[in-house]
Amino acid sequence: MKDVLAVADTRDGGVLGVSRETVGAASGLAEAWGGSVDAAIPGATEGEVALGADRVLRMPLSNEAAGNPDLVAGALAGQVQGHGYSAVVFAATARGRDLAPRVAARLDVPLATDVIAASVEEDDVVVRRPVYAGKAIARVRMLARPAVISIRPNVFERAPSAAASSADALATPADVGAGTYRVLGFEPSRDVALDVAEAEIIVSGGRGMQGPDHWHLLAELRDALGETAALGASRAVVDAGWRPHAEQVGQTGKTVTPKLYFAVAISGAIQHLAGMRTASVIVAVNRDAEAPIFGVADYGIVGDAFEILPELARAIRELRDN
Amino acid sequence: MKIAVCVKRVPDTGTRIRIADDGRSLSSDGVKFVLNPYDEFAVEAALQLAEAGVADSVTLLTLGPEEAKETLRHGLALGAHDAVLLRGETTMDGWATAQALAAELARREDGLVLLGAKAVDDDQQQVGPMVAGVLGRPCVTSVTEVEVADSVATCRRAVEGGQEVVEVDLPAVATVTKGRYEPRYASLRGIMMAKRKPIAEKEAAQVAPGLVVEAIEYPPERQPGRIVGSGTEAVGELVRLLREEEGVV
Ligand SMILES: Cc1cc2nc3c(=O)[nH]c(=O)nc-3n(C[C@H](O)[C@H](O)[C@H](O)COP(=O)(O)OP(=O)(O)OC[C@H]3O[C@@H](n4cnc5c(N)ncnc54)[C@H](O)[C@@H]3O)c2cc1C
Ligand SMILES: Nc1ncnc2c1ncn2[C@@H]1O[C@H](COP(=O)(O)O)[C@@H](O)[C@H]1O
Repeated sequence: MKDVLAVADTRDGGVLGVSRETVGAASGLAEAWGGSVDAAIPGATEGEVALGADRVLRMPLSNEAAGNPDLVAGALAGQVQGHGYSAVVFAATARGRDLAPRVAARLDVPLATDVIAASVEEDDVVVRRPVYAGKAIARVRMLARPAVISIRPNVFERAPSAAASSADALATPADVGAGTYRVLGFEPSRDVALDVAEAEIIVSGGRGMQGPDHWHLLAELRDALGETAALGASRAVVDAGWRPHAEQVGQTGKTVTPKLYFAVAISGAIQHLAGMRTASVIVAVNRDAEAPIFGVADYGIVGDAFEILPELARAIRELRDN
Repeated sequence: MKIAVCVKRVPDTGTRIRIADDGRSLSSDGVKFVLNPYDEFAVEAALQLAEAGVADSVTLLTLGPEEAKETLRHGLALGAHDAVLLRGETTMDGWATAQALAAELARREDGLVLLGAKAVDDDQQQVGPMVAGVLGRPCVTSVTEVEVADSVATCRRAVEGGQEVVEVDLPAVATVTKGRYEPRYASLRGIMMAKRKPIAEKEAAQVAPGLVVEAIEYPPERQPGRIVGSGTEAVGELVRLLREEEGVV
């Protein structure tokens, strides 16, 4: 029997929605092998966790311990070796990116990150993953066992929200004192309500916005679009100090896959496209009809962002109010 | 304290890529290669620690072909003291790369090993923590700022929704991302001096890759979009399309 381990993402004791995508990807592999899916949940979670896995492995950890990647990776690697999974699936979130290479190294196997498709072929896990910032897609065969992969958020189907048939607790060292990795604190970004990498809708502004004082126009559109919307920015904007780097989309910023992406007063340089070209729907607003962004946008409006943004925010608010 | 910075030679981010005839690699014809942009942040962090008197030397380490010496020379021109070229093949298997780098690092006595958060060719984001895994040292990823005092490195790191502050005992490994560090340019004097700085060359201790790239393809083209219109008159139609055709608002 070939079983698959899916590693859930938690924050402050709660399981993040992306975890159902992780389980969804794991289920695809397990089905092909006729095995089952276990979901490990690092971080104390109370009550039912409906992730769609066959079995849930709780890892009761304090927030502090859950924030220590070496401790969590050690426990996960122990579980993988003990059970003998054929594949291990993470989400390519900040946490997953931190854990997956540590677990793979402990297991002495390679890792494929940011996977956008995974299947079993001739008994091997074969994945597709973007390379060169999305300018190409590589098809990669994982020769070693277990196959360790991390999946790009917002790409895989979510597993049904169903409770597991059984639950176990996974033994994890409770004490982080012995480790040399100490989390001293967390400073939430000022006025960043939702991280751009986690948003379903992104309203990004570029240099054409002319300065930070005009960002309220973008913020109003974001607010009109609801709680799943976040602000993004081009590098020109971040380099000018108008917005924090956490909001930068692109090759040296974040790679995002929202269902709707607004590029407002952004020219569409190749390094910006690298971060957002996999969005489901792209809307561009630019006063230059020749701007390269129109080459990738599904819908474009040629015009002045300062006139269009307030109108767009108003129209969307009206739509949502009805 | 010594610092080692792992750097990789990668195609310039503005390069238009062409898939080679074998369908599994890139054609290097006309491709300009540069020091990986994230590694520039790591080099900058190391140089600032050296300038602050915390580190007394900065060594660059790369696994790559003969041509990677150009990348090392560039880093030396920025101010690194010396460099090591591990001659060998780079593949998408970051675990194989990490083992080759770690074999060399294990022979050295660096208080801090810095890497970029990701190499912009394979986009794997994994070599740093893997190197740390082999060396048995703690690793802090996505670091935007690092300070060292009393054998402890205090790092600010970018995580979803904010900045985390993490402390690790040295020796340690950190991967650097954009943050406080604004990479410097090479000065003419730096470029002249780099010519005389030592580059040690060795054969890399390489393991066979545990994953194989079977094919590289161009991504599906996005369907050519449409200009809905110009000016504010187009807004109503755009919103209708987003609701009725796409169901996204
Ligand atoms: C190694 C490297 C990494 C990089 N990484 C990134 C990255 O991660 N992310 C990124 O974004 N860039 C990145 N870049 C930079 C990239 O090449 C571009 O310089 C940058 O994306 C340009 O930002 P922009 O579109 O906001 O500005 P510009 O290119 O200046 O475009 C401004 C646009 O606004 C339009 N405009 C002006 N006024 C108005 C108005 N009133 N209404 C409507 N439209 C208006 C203009 O027509 C123009 O198209 C990188 C570059 C390098 C070399
Ligand atoms: N061949 C290599 N030689 C030296 N350093 C490397 C090499 N490959 C990756 N690295 C380092 O590891 C970091 C992360 O790479 P990756 O995990 O491939 O995204 C890079 O930014 C470099 O610092």
